Amino acid sequence: MNAAAAPMPAAAGGSFGAGFAWAFSRDLTLSLRHPGEALLVVAFFVLVATLFPLGVGADPQLLARIGPGVIWVCALLAAFLSLPGLFAGDYADGTLEQMTLSPHPMPGWVAGKIAAHWVASGLPLTVLSPLLGLQYGLDAQTLGTLVLALLLGTPTLSLLGAACSALALGARGSGVLLALLALPLFVPVLIFGAGAAEAQAASLSPTPHLSLLGAGLILATMGLPFAACTAIRIALD
Amino acid sequence: MSSLEGRGLSCTRGYATLFRDVSFRVGAGEWVAVRGPNGSGKTTLLRCAAGLSRANAGEVTRDGALLYSGHLPGIKDDLTTEENLAGSLALQGVVAHGPSITEALARAGLGKRRHLAARRLSAGQRRRIGLARLMLDPAPVWILDEPLTALDDEGQALFTELLSRHLDRGGLALLATHHDLAPPPARELRIGA
Repeated sequence: MNAAAAPMPAAAGGSFGAGFAWAFSRDLTLSLRHPGEALLVVAFFVLVATLFPLGVGADPQLLARIGPGVIWVCALLAAFLSLPGLFAGDYADGTLEQMTLSPHPMPGWVAGKIAAHWVASGLPLTVLSPLLGLQYGLDAQTLGTLVLALLLGTPTLSLLGAACSALALGARGSGVLLALLALPLFVPVLIFGAGAAEAQAASLSPTPHLSLLGAGLILATMGLPFAACTAIRIALD
Repeated sequence: MSSLEGRGLSCTRGYATLFRDVSFRVGAGEWVAVRGPNGSGKTTLLRCAAGLSRANAGEVTRDGALLYSGHLPGIKDDLTTEENLAGSLALQGVVAHGPSITEALARAGLGKRRHLAARRLSAGQRRRIGLARLMLDPAPVWILDEPLTALDDEGQALFTELLSRHLDRGGLALLATHHDLAPPPARELRIGA
C-alpha cells in the first residue's frame, strides 16, 4: 500500500463562523434525514391547540379571549418537546467530545446548534400560528402581533432550553429534570408573548411587550450560549 | 517540534483515587503506551491529557494540534460513511477534497460502503472510519483510547502502518492499549499498579 501518495490535507484554524456553519448545517441535515421528530413537534402543537376549543366550548368571545394565551402555551410545550435531544444525541455518540476538542471556539458551534434547533422547531410553529389563530377567531391585527411575538419569543425559548438541556446532560431522569429547570424560565417569555397579542386584541399598543421580548432575546443571545458551553464542559468532565 | 507533557497529574473520582502524581513526556517521533488493569484510570488519564477532564492536580502542556479518539467514535447513524468522515474532518478545520476522502475510505476497506448509512456498519467498520480519519488529519498529537478494539487482523496491521508513518513524519502518540504494537513504545506508563 502506498501511504505517502495522497497529498496531506492542510489544517486551517478554527473560527466562530466556521463552527457555527458546521453545526448548523449538520443539525439541519440530520433533522431532514429524520423529519419525524420535527413533524411530531408541529403535530403536537396543532393537535393541542385544536383540542382547546373542543374542551371549552365554541363561544366565539371566550375563544377570542383565550386564543393568544392558549397558542403561546401550546408553542411553549411543543418547543420543549424537542429539547431533550438537543445535546443528548451528540453526548451519547461522542460527537460532543469531538466538537469540544475542535479548533473552533465552543460558543460558535453551540450557537449553530441552537439556531438549527429554532429553525426546526420554533420557526414552523411561528409560521403555523396564524392558521391556529383563525380557529379562535382572532382578527388580522391580533394575528400579526401574535406572529411577531412568536418570532421574537421562540428563539429565546430555544436559547433558554439549550442552556437547561446542557445542564441536564448525563443526569438520570434528565427529561423530568429538564422540565423542572426550563419551564419556570419560560414564564416571562410566555407572559410578554401572550400579553402582546392580548393588548392588541384589547386595542392597546403591543409595543411595550414586543420591546421587552426583543430585549430578552438580545440578552439571551449574549449570555446563554456561553452558559451552555460551561454546562457542556461540566457534563464531559 | 510537537510535544505532549503531563506533570504530576492526580485524579480522584468520588472517594476513589484513580492515579496520583503521574508524569509523562512524549516527544516528536515517539509513542507512549498507557497500561494498567481495567478500571485503573487509563481513559481518565487520556481525557485529562486531551483536556476533556480536569485533573485534581498537575498540568498538561501540548504543542501541536490534537486528534483524540475515545471509546465513543463520534459517528452519526443517519449520515453516510463518507459524510461522517468529511464531517469530522471539517469539524477539525481540515480541508480535505473529495478524491482524497474517497481514497482514504478505499484504503480503510470501506470503498463499497461509502454511501451506506453508518447505522448499517459493524463495530469494526465504524472503527475503520476512524482509521480513514487518521490518514487525512494532519494533527501531530494523537491521543487514542484502545484504537484496536473491534478491528480484525488486517485492520490492526493498517493501524500499525499508519502509526509508524505518523511517527516517521515527526508525529507523536499517547495510546491506551493492551496489544503489543510493531513499533515498540518509547516508554510505558503503568498506572493503578
